Amino acid sequence: MNLTLFLLFPLATAIGILIAKGLKQIRVIALIGAVLQLILSGKLLLAYYEQRATGNQAQMLFEYIQKWYGPLNLEYHIGVDGISIAMILLTAFVVVAGILVSWETNHLSKEFFFLLVLLSLGAYGFFISLDVFTMFFFLEVAVIPKFLLIGIWGSGKKEYSAMKLALMLMGGSALILVGMLGIYFSSKTAAGAHSFDLLELAKMNIPLARQMLFFPFAFIGFGIFTAIFPFHTWVPDGHASAPTAASMFLAGISMKLGGYGCLRVATYLMPDAAHAYAWVIILLATIAIIYGAFATMMQTDLKYINAYSSVSHCGFVLLGIGMLTQTSINGAVMQMVSHGLMTALFFAAIGMVYSRTHTRMVAQLGGLLKIMPFISTVFVIAGLCSLGLPGFSGFAAEMTVFMGSWQNPDKWYRLATILACASIVVTAVYILRAAGKSIMGPLGNDSYKDLTDAKWYEKSAAILLIFGILVVGMAPFWLINLIQPGTEFIMNKLAVVATGL
Amino acid sequence: MTNIPLTNILFLSTALFFIGAYGLFTRRNMITMLMSVELMLNSVNINFVAFNKYLYPDKLGGVFFSIFIITIAAAEAAVAIAIIINLYRSHHSIDVEDASEMKY
Amino acid sequence: MSQPLQIALIPLLPLACFLVLGLFGRKHLSSSAGVIGTLSLLVSTLLSLQTAYQYFFVSGKVNGVFQKLVVFQYNWLEFAPDLSINIGLMIDPITVMMLVVVSFVSLMVHLFSLGYMKGEERFATYFAFLSLFTFSMLGLVLSSNIFQIYLFWELVGVSSFLLIGFYFEKPSAVAAAKKAFIVTRFADLGFLIGILTLAFYTKTLDFGLLIERLSTASTYLSDINAASFLGISALSWGLVLVFIGGAGKSAMFPLHIWLPDAMEGPTPVSALIHAATMVVAGVFLVARLFPVFALSDPEALKLVMYTGAFSAFFAAVIACTQTDIKRVLAYSTMSQIGYMMFALGVSKYGGEDGLGYMASMFHLFTHAFFKSLLFLGAGAVIHMVHSNEMKDMGGLRKMMPITHLSFLIACLAIAGVPPFSGFFSKEEILMAAFESNRLIYGVALLTSGLTAFYMFRLYYNIFWSKPADVDGHHHGEGTLAMKIPLILLAVLAVVAGFAPIAQWVTPDGLPIESHVPITFSILPVSLAMGGILLATRMFKTQTELPTQIAQQMGGIYKAAYHKFYIDEVYLFVTKKILFNLIGKPAAWIDKNIVDGLMNLLGKITAKLSELIKGIQSGKVQDYALYFFGGIAGLVLVFIYLWK
Repeated sequence: MNLTLFLLFPLATAIGILIAKGLKQIRVIALIGAVLQLILSGKLLLAYYEQRATGNQAQMLFEYIQKWYGPLNLEYHIGVDGISIAMILLTAFVVVAGILVSWETNHLSKEFFFLLVLLSLGAYGFFISLDVFTMFFFLEVAVIPKFLLIGIWGSGKKEYSAMKLALMLMGGSALILVGMLGIYFSSKTAAGAHSFDLLELAKMNIPLARQMLFFPFAFIGFGIFTAIFPFHTWVPDGHASAPTAASMFLAGISMKLGGYGCLRVATYLMPDAAHAYAWVIILLATIAIIYGAFATMMQTDLKYINAYSSVSHCGFVLLGIGMLTQTSINGAVMQMVSHGLMTALFFAAIGMVYSRTHTRMVAQLGGLLKIMPFISTVFVIAGLCSLGLPGFSGFAAEMTVFMGSWQNPDKWYRLATILACASIVVTAVYILRAAGKSIMGPLGNDSYKDLTDAKWYEKSAAILLIFGILVVGMAPFWLINLIQPGTEFIMNKLAVVATGL
Repeated sequence: MTNIPLTNILFLSTALFFIGAYGLFTRRNMITMLMSVELMLNSVNINFVAFNKYLYPDKLGGVFFSIFIITIAAAEAAVAIAIIINLYRSHHSIDVEDASEMKY
Repeated sequence: MSQPLQIALIPLLPLACFLVLGLFGRKHLSSSAGVIGTLSLLVSTLLSLQTAYQYFFVSGKVNGVFQKLVVFQYNWLEFAPDLSINIGLMIDPITVMMLVVVSFVSLMVHLFSLGYMKGEERFATYFAFLSLFTFSMLGLVLSSNIFQIYLFWELVGVSSFLLIGFYFEKPSAVAAAKKAFIVTRFADLGFLIGILTLAFYTKTLDFGLLIERLSTASTYLSDINAASFLGISALSWGLVLVFIGGAGKSAMFPLHIWLPDAMEGPTPVSALIHAATMVVAGVFLVARLFPVFALSDPEALKLVMYTGAFSAFFAAVIACTQTDIKRVLAYSTMSQIGYMMFALGVSKYGGEDGLGYMASMFHLFTHAFFKSLLFLGAGAVIHMVHSNEMKDMGGLRKMMPITHLSFLIACLAIAGVPPFSGFFSKEEILMAAFESNRLIYGVALLTSGLTAFYMFRLYYNIFWSKPADVDGHHHGEGTLAMKIPLILLAVLAVVAGFAPIAQWVTPDGLPIESHVPITFSILPVSLAMGGILLATRMFKTQTELPTQIAQQMGGIYKAAYHKFYIDEVYLFVTKKILFNLIGKPAAWIDKNIVDGLMNLLGKITAKLSELIKGIQSGKVQDYALYFFGGIAGLVLVFIYLWK
């Protein structure tokens, strides 16, 4: 299977959008492109199973290397393992749903859909890359569209939020660049040159002192993308100001770029430092989880609620990575998938409510279940998934993280796990408060009586995401089996060091 | 014809150059600025010709270059005057201080 | 039909029903939803009975001992090679008993709801939720894996949330639903950490292995006993934490506060969830892990005992003062579950010592019938008078003869009057307590007197007290669908006591010869009679006596009436401490300090650029001058400094 297709499809879609005339043509092209991409992702999954079934035990499948810039050893090196496939599937789901919910974007629709597709291009490129530089390249591709999406189509103090988001993410990128160059100049291939190649780098051991120096750069840099405390403040403002689809992309895809990078680049390539700094990661993650949850409790705007809860939930990803056990890392990857789907769903539901009632303040809403049962049900499902109800993806992911974290017998790690577990109670509090006030209860405003329920495109978007959530939630063994081989390679690398030290 | 020492010519061209530079830095009138630039170009021309004559009398490289520069100066004057006319049309002034919309 | 399929169908039928009704009910099945739900549950019930018959009479015993049979298992989520959630179906005596209880009571409630919820706009949704709950509860009792039980534990929690909040337009219902979910969620946190602890040391999540490893001498057991935290062994921590989860669901003090509020839900729901099934999940959980409690950690079992006994007494006292009939029943439920808990607590493992365990399960069995009957009866009453308050009732015995009679039977059963079912199970419990701990026995006796008193207070206030005050065009007693469950349950409330639970449900699978001497029964029965007589004296006709007594009791009455201010304490902790001392500062810090730092960074950059932007004047002449100055500088450097 040729992975470059994952770049060509969005590219073709983007060009198609530029050529097309009028909202109707544009959105159809965007949707077709996204659906094709989803199908392609499905085929990739099948091809992956086929390869594994034939006994192909290679770490990465469908590899392809093209020298990009010889003197610096930059390569366009692509390939996937289970983890990347999970992320690609997530991206494909969220992109289709995102395009569906933006169906009625009248204002500058060409540019809007173009940027959405461009963002997805960056994400796909990032997930298939096996060359740190190429990854960085695609990461940057994914940042700029966000700035424009929020700045142009956003609401509220959008310029401020867009600027804040772009600057903080750029700051993260700068840290990543330093970490990346640090890795590059610490590496030495057989031929004696430096390398950006992830697999090459994984084979060699970067000197401990260098690791200790550069790990924080790489980890915090990627961490900013996934809202590591205290660099999470772009999340609430950014999400709150972004248009619905952008919020979905931001939370569903973009925050996952960070988690994936933390795991694939920082932790995998610098395992000694990961062990040494584990306590810092866990500390920050625990703070994010518990403090994010409490901060969520006090929010009054639905988007802020979901944004802060994202901070809390992404803390689980970092916690899972920081605990450095196989189970917890599996859990972290599952949490990325799960959080991506459920936050996208949540934002979609909030967007649907907002587009009708023109308010997102919990206090002004109320009784929506009676007026728009479909949207309200979606809202409640997203909420229940967020609070970790079995049957939805959140439960399987969180429990895997908890179980993995608990395998670490150190008592401070235990305390961190207990605090993380405690956050699910706080989550229940804020989710039920939000749902209780806005969805249930007496009608917030008499003018709501005439509002309509979801349109077909909103329904399809919600059903698609709910389908994803249910598949992960009902059959988590499927996801675990998919990512297990990938995390095993990471664990092996980590284990060698653990015994070697 | 008595031999004029090279230094005298260089002195002349240097003086010309700095007169031009001074004009360029201090004048705000675009025509004057253009004229100053021409002065600087001509000082360079003198240098080229002088060095050609005194150091490599059997070659013509310096002369070629000065012809080249004269041509370019003419083209430059044409472009610059076109800009100046446009500026005058839009701002009714050719003072550079007046055209500051793009500042910061 | 093969056995695994047959057992799997018991929970799967309600699940299918939930999916069908949930997806299509609103539009297409709004009238037939009730019938679909009821029929599917009827099949489930029949299958449960068939399973029970098979298990107890045909295949359950090997060498005279009832076995734990795992009939199906699927690796659902593998955490690590030895730690995985294997979704499975396990049957053993308590499971089989619970299957029958849950499916039967649920069937009765479905039937009753056909009449009770008639004309409700979200009729189909209601039945969908009921099915979801039934599925979760059946899944819970069939669990073969401790994590599986946690999974279904959460699901029953959420279906309870959905059902309590069914009347979502009533703010009090929403608040009650939220409260129920959050309080039990808080307790579940303990359960979760307990599971993590136990799983860490035993390297398994499977019930069979877990119990085996922790109840017989093994390296696992010595490991978990050796590890300790704050001077308490990891085993005790694990068990106590698991018990906290159970206590939350079973409304044990001090996690009981959600149960009375949960009465905001439709009354049949209260009968199903908050009387017969979900609230006994905690008892079920302790019973499931009983060998570990009894054999390896009797200290943890003591905690179960004291919690149960205290809750039983505490709730009984409050029940005497409440005026909302559903709340009286709620506190009585809590009290009866307290009975079951301390019965487990006083029990030991093996042979005749397992009497308490057996008694607890027996009481669970009988209680399910008479308590759901009480709730359904209360439902019928509320349906008629449209109020929960005692003051709006009275003298209803003539207008609702069937309800009256069945309610009376249930009251007699719960009061422990022979030969009704409650008598037998309560006697066993008292016997077990008597043999093990006299203090508990005393509390239990006192509570049983109180129970008789408050139940008959309730009975007289509804059906006697004063002449009926209902306007002419009332519903009557309701439809046939509402009467049948009352009659069936009344029959069971009478005869369930004769079920040979002692032969079937014991800790070690061996039958116990129950031996309550007739002389032993004299004291409790006369106490119950005393309670009934006192209630008759006070409440049969409307007198000033109750108010006078209440006034004489003074502070105690007031405290009990206000439920000993536990709610207020919780409110203080959550509103004042969690919200004001943690939530608000967290939000404030985030907005002002963490985000403030980021903004400060931005501001500093902006200020700096403000300072130096003058240099970038945009004037070409200035740039040329800088350029020229630079060249001149370089020239000077080259001439004078470059040697």
